[in-house]
Amino acid sequence: MAHLSSIPQLEPGQDRTMILNMGPQHPSTHGVLRVILEIDGETIIRIMPDIGYLHTGIEKTCEAKFYQQVVPLTDRIDYLCPLTNNLCYCLAVEKLLGLEIPPKAQWMRVLLNELTRINSHLVWLGTHALDIGAMTVFLYCFREREDILRLFEAVSGQRMMTSYFRIGGLALPPPLDFFDRVRNFANRFPSKVDEYEDLLTGNPIWTMRTKGVAKISAEHAMALGASGPTLRGSGVDFDLRRDMPYSSYDKFKFKVPVAQDGDVFARYMCRVQELRESIAIVQQALDGMPSGPIKADAPKVVLPDREKMKTQMEAMIYHFKIITEGFSDPEGEVYQAVESPRGEMGYYVVSDGTAKPYRVHMRSACLANLQLLPAMCEGRLIADVVAAIGSIDIVLGEIDR
Amino acid sequence: MPLAPPITDIEQLKAHPAIARLLNWNPSAVQGVKFDRDEMSIYVERSAIREACSLLRDDATCPFNFLSDVTCVDLYPSEPRFEVIYHLLSISQKERVRLKVRLAGDAPTLESITSVWPAANFFEREVFDLFGIRFTGHPFLRRIQMPENWEGHPLRKDYPVEGYR
Repeated sequence: MAHLSSIPQLEPGQDRTMILNMGPQHPSTHGVLRVILEIDGETIIRIMPDIGYLHTGIEKTCEAKFYQQVVPLTDRIDYLCPLTNNLCYCLAVEKLLGLEIPPKAQWMRVLLNELTRINSHLVWLGTHALDIGAMTVFLYCFREREDILRLFEAVSGQRMMTSYFRIGGLALPPPLDFFDRVRNFANRFPSKVDEYEDLLTGNPIWTMRTKGVAKISAEHAMALGASGPTLRGSGVDFDLRRDMPYSSYDKFKFKVPVAQDGDVFARYMCRVQELRESIAIVQQALDGMPSGPIKADAPKVVLPDREKMKTQMEAMIYHFKIITEGFSDPEGEVYQAVESPRGEMGYYVVSDGTAKPYRVHMRSACLANLQLLPAMCEGRLIADVVAAIGSIDIVLGEIDR
Repeated sequence: MPLAPPITDIEQLKAHPAIARLLNWNPSAVQGVKFDRDEMSIYVERSAIREACSLLRDDATCPFNFLSDVTCVDLYPSEPRFEVIYHLLSISQKERVRLKVRLAGDAPTLESITSVWPAANFFEREVFDLFGIRFTGHPFLRRIQMPENWEGHPLRKDYPVEGYR
């Protein structure tokens, strides 16, 4: 917003107060968040987040791409959970087209989505603990995150920008030993969560830095548009996976962790419990993985198999047409929301009947969650700002888009 | 799976809690409805948007108590040019509804709903920044994504996508 502006955003109200600029290069602002504080000693009087340093105009770029070309762009919005964004966009376009997705693709999507949620929560936990002063947790979390990134690499060829979900199904069948590797990881992981909890949950320094800090009530959080663990930490029991299921989440059994206190510790507990629930969903997905095709039966939308494309004339024509002309969506509009690790990730896609989306809008959970920051921090100490920013788990790529 | 055609007949959709509530309050505020792909859209009269939002939020049977999103679509060159879109969610009833307001292209202004949901603050600033729609009654209507001294509103359809500015 105010990158080039010489006008300060906050004017000091009285002689005692001063304006303090925090970020966008501050290491604990998780990217390029700039926060402007008005402080009296160490007490915060006013606080104002300033965003826009990572604005890349992805929404505008989408309007110039074919529907299938938007998928790699969605990876780059929220780079900690690319698969969730892939899924949300694909579901939105599939809803526009009225496509039916085969069960195996849906279950694979659930499996990978939960792995990506664990991945994202591990980065959050590591950096959040690092901000508050616990170095070891960071190293432990990144050790397990590395295992998950290797799984992503095995399945999609990419560690982070996976683009593995495509409109109509998956990009490729998973490699042969993939499920064994995931099972191996899923069996190991719960004991690792115990390790993190041993280091933090009962740790007196951790509890002193987090309990009662940056409190927010349920009504306040809802009015400010919070979602995901940030809202559940204030006692609102709502999870899109359970309450408005998509991609066959209704076939899985899991608990939605809720905490009542609304402070940093409550949000921490919600996310750590989610790690356990996610790995339970991964186990269920492995146990019940259906067999069958991984792509929908829609030759005009889904690219044909490589082998067919080289041997069958019809498949080659479809392949050529999809690559050169794209496919057109029937006119209409769709809002599809999924539960990302940070909250309600929503894609609003408008089609005018051509091969390019007329408008793609991403509802960013972090953007709404960031609005809680002033309510959380005003009247508290500067050190609590760091804890509060960590506890709402922001990703600036998603906020600025 | 063939798509069902959209339903736009208000008589058929009167039973939906949001439509019933709005019709009960002021029938002229509802300009049209559309039920398409399991999603309900209501076209709301421009001057009624804030009160419509606050009515739906406080409804006793189906409170749409959560503002998911505010965004905009530019329909350039047709008129009315802009559609401002509100996605509301009822956390208790697990129901979504989309409110739409049509705005003319020259100097589009609309009443802010930040007094109903403070959550609209950043969303409306983003719509102002990228589409140039002014929200009256907004506490801090400044650019949010683009630099303060930027000219033009990039998500408008007549904004050039290539070349120097």
